[in-house]
Amino acid sequence: MGMRSVVPFGPQHPVLPEPIHLDLVIEDERIIEAIPSIGFIHRGLEGLVDKRDFNQMTYVVERTCGICSFQHGMGYCEAVEHIFGVDVPKKAKYLRTLWAELGRMHSHLLWLGLLADGFGFENLFYQCWRVREKVLDMQEMTSGGRLIFSVNKVGGVIKDIPQEQLNIILKTMDEVEEELKVIKNTFFEDYSVQSRLKGVGVLTKEQINALGAVGPFARASGVNVDMRLTGYGAYPDLEFAPIVSTAGDCYARCYIRTMELFQSIDLIRQVIGKMPSETDLFVPVKGNPDGEYFMRVEQPRGEAFYYVKANGKPNLQRMRVRTPTFANIPALCEMLKNTELADVGLLVLTIDPCISCTER
Amino acid sequence: MANIKRSPWLLHYDGSSCNGCDIEVLACLTPVYDAERLGVMNTGDPMQADILLITGGVNAQNAPVVKQLYDQMPNPKVVVAVGVCACTGGVFKDCYNILGGADTVIPVDVYVPGCAARPQAIIDGIIQAVEIFQKRSDDYKVQEKARKSGKEVQVNG
Repeated sequence: MGMRSVVPFGPQHPVLPEPIHLDLVIEDERIIEAIPSIGFIHRGLEGLVDKRDFNQMTYVVERTCGICSFQHGMGYCEAVEHIFGVDVPKKAKYLRTLWAELGRMHSHLLWLGLLADGFGFENLFYQCWRVREKVLDMQEMTSGGRLIFSVNKVGGVIKDIPQEQLNIILKTMDEVEEELKVIKNTFFEDYSVQSRLKGVGVLTKEQINALGAVGPFARASGVNVDMRLTGYGAYPDLEFAPIVSTAGDCYARCYIRTMELFQSIDLIRQVIGKMPSETDLFVPVKGNPDGEYFMRVEQPRGEAFYYVKANGKPNLQRMRVRTPTFANIPALCEMLKNTELADVGLLVLTIDPCISCTER
Repeated sequence: MANIKRSPWLLHYDGSSCNGCDIEVLACLTPVYDAERLGVMNTGDPMQADILLITGGVNAQNAPVVKQLYDQMPNPKVVVAVGVCACTGGVFKDCYNILGGADTVIPVDVYVPGCAARPQAIIDGIIQAVEIFQKRSDDYKVQEKARKSGKEVQVNG
């Protein structure tokens, strides 16, 4: 038995854009235990319900995370809409789904780029981010913001997407699909990428179920969880099946997210094809909410959970967000056990950590 | 920009931002915006960095981290606050855990507004930081020279 020592990882670390701190207990080069400590980006966003009313909270909730910003706003608004019992116009649901899928694409492309950077393939990193800029251009064209849109409101959406812009989106999706096919080949077939990802950080289906992981991370180990199947937004009208792999290693996680990019392109085409012609974008909401509701949405990283409790006053009584990375951290610590120290950066990346979400 | 003699290196740290500004900082360094053509380079090591890009406000737990990063950077150094949260606290100003903008713990030279700050704005902030850095390193040389020769020299800024 070698000597045990503790290596701190983070909060400021080159592989991570965000601060997370892990204390790695190592024996020679192998990790015995990983102890996470979070709280570097805790803002206390949920506490703002005392100071902001439920309409203003939409914009605060959107800033939980800059990557899946739209879906945060969407989940919150749907929860409050359920408390009011209003029926959101079909067009608003379709527009929300369109933006949500664009957000998923840019998040997955960002992750693929960071993964490539994590194992030192800088060219691939730049290629992924170049393609991602096209998706960001679509977001900017339709909503006015590159990352944070602020197009949601309680009762619907505030902006319409005209037909010309929908045509531009379709055209761009064709271009993006072509470029993604090239990138996909590199990720799936390149020898050096495979040797870095295959068989690293394996988690079984039983471990995932026991530790409660969510999203692509769980789907890579054969757990078929996808909150889009619960039927919010326009998803009940669309045809799709969750992408599941059984290998449970880093390669499978990469596979899931790459294939989800193609799935998102397909969903965007379906949404645009079935876009309702009505002009109502929102229903007016009168009075204050009274009641409680929880809403689950499938974010790029997995299931996000919103609990909203109101008591008939403009300010909500309680708002709670549980984000996918928070659910994935126990599984991450389990996965890090018995791996090489050199793989830690890569393994932390493969859960697609979004620390801003986690700490709110 | 005309009188730049050295290539300053960037260090990026996420204070308590929502991630939006962080990925825009990263987007600045990728081919579409490409801040590296200005001679700056991204590094993960504070000991080698000249310009600190900080996003997000400061809270009780990360204040010592930000302070430590700033102290580890060699002189001369420049700090750029990216995004409205790093400038003033932004939308989270009233949160119980936010102390304020980045300037509550370290001196900030350039403020880049925006939520999230656009890459164009960030690049403009970097250019201003590079100019400030050049001026400071010129002054620093004069001071060092004077210190060695035992004379006192008044330097502006």
